[in-house]
Amino acid sequence: MTVTSVDKDVENLTLTLVADFGAPVERVWQLWADPRRLERWWGPPTYPATFEEHDLTPGGGVKYYMTGPDGEKFGGWWRVSSVTPPRALEFTDGFSDQDGKPDPEMPTTEVRMTLTEHEGGTRMELRSVFDTREQMEQLTKMGMEEGLTLAVGQMDALLAE
Amino acid sequence: MVVDGIADETGDIVDRLFHALADGTRRDILRRCVRGELSVSRLAAAYPMSFAAVHKHVAVLERAGLVTKERRGREQLVRTDPDAVGRARRALDELESAWRARVDRMSGLLAEDDDGGGGPRAPDLRENTTKGPDG
Repeated sequence: MTVTSVDKDVENLTLTLVADFGAPVERVWQLWADPRRLERWWGPPTYPATFEEHDLTPGGGVKYYMTGPDGEKFGGWWRVSSVTPPRALEFTDGFSDQDGKPDPEMPTTEVRMTLTEHEGGTRMELRSVFDTREQMEQLTKMGMEEGLTLAVGQMDALLAE
Repeated sequence: MVVDGIADETGDIVDRLFHALADGTRRDILRRCVRGELSVSRLAAAYPMSFAAVHKHVAVLERAGLVTKERRGREQLVRTDPDAVGRARRALDELESAWRARVDRMSGLLAEDDDGGGGPRAPDLRENTTKGPDG
């Protein structure tokens, strides 16, 4: 299994996930740093992501959209707060409205990702914190459930190939 | 940024929910009452605090919709409402599912590189293979 541990802290609205990859730190970093690599894993296969902006510098922004099976587009953004190539990245992860602007009514999470050498490969530790309790509940309300369930189903199909 | 539009009734409910969950005694009360209903006086005996203090904790949990309280005879019986706890967990469960799927795709990409031999290569153009023979 790639995912080594998952901790969900309901009181602190925090998800912590540890994953181990059999590849050097630099190559795992490239999955984040190269937008063409990033768009191959960020969205589920039926909602592939296209990154229009990708500026991994402090204060920099990332803009992308995912395209659904019916051609419908769902936008998202990151605001990068800190970056230490090839080891650490911190950003706010949010959704965009129809005009591609950050949608204040949609939930955001603070993501901190770190990469360390571990047993000849790379350990990725990812912490994702909901900004507010309201937003955490909002994610459930907005019907994200369906999209994410779909993502997991697609993953199963990929693994079975 | 606080958006007034979100601070609706749902926001208040969720606020109460997390306020209720933020206290160790209240979480312990939840754990005890999830196995079956307990009377407030029985709960009070389990903590080094007054009956009134425990009663107050139960009231916070009740306002958050985490427990229900029912009067039976002279006793007040407390029971955990598993649905409320479930709602709070669901958002984190969904986030977990999303990230597990992403990690698997990352892993798949790295494995592709290995299959090609040598170092990282230019990413393939994504082929649309979502329409398999099985639909």
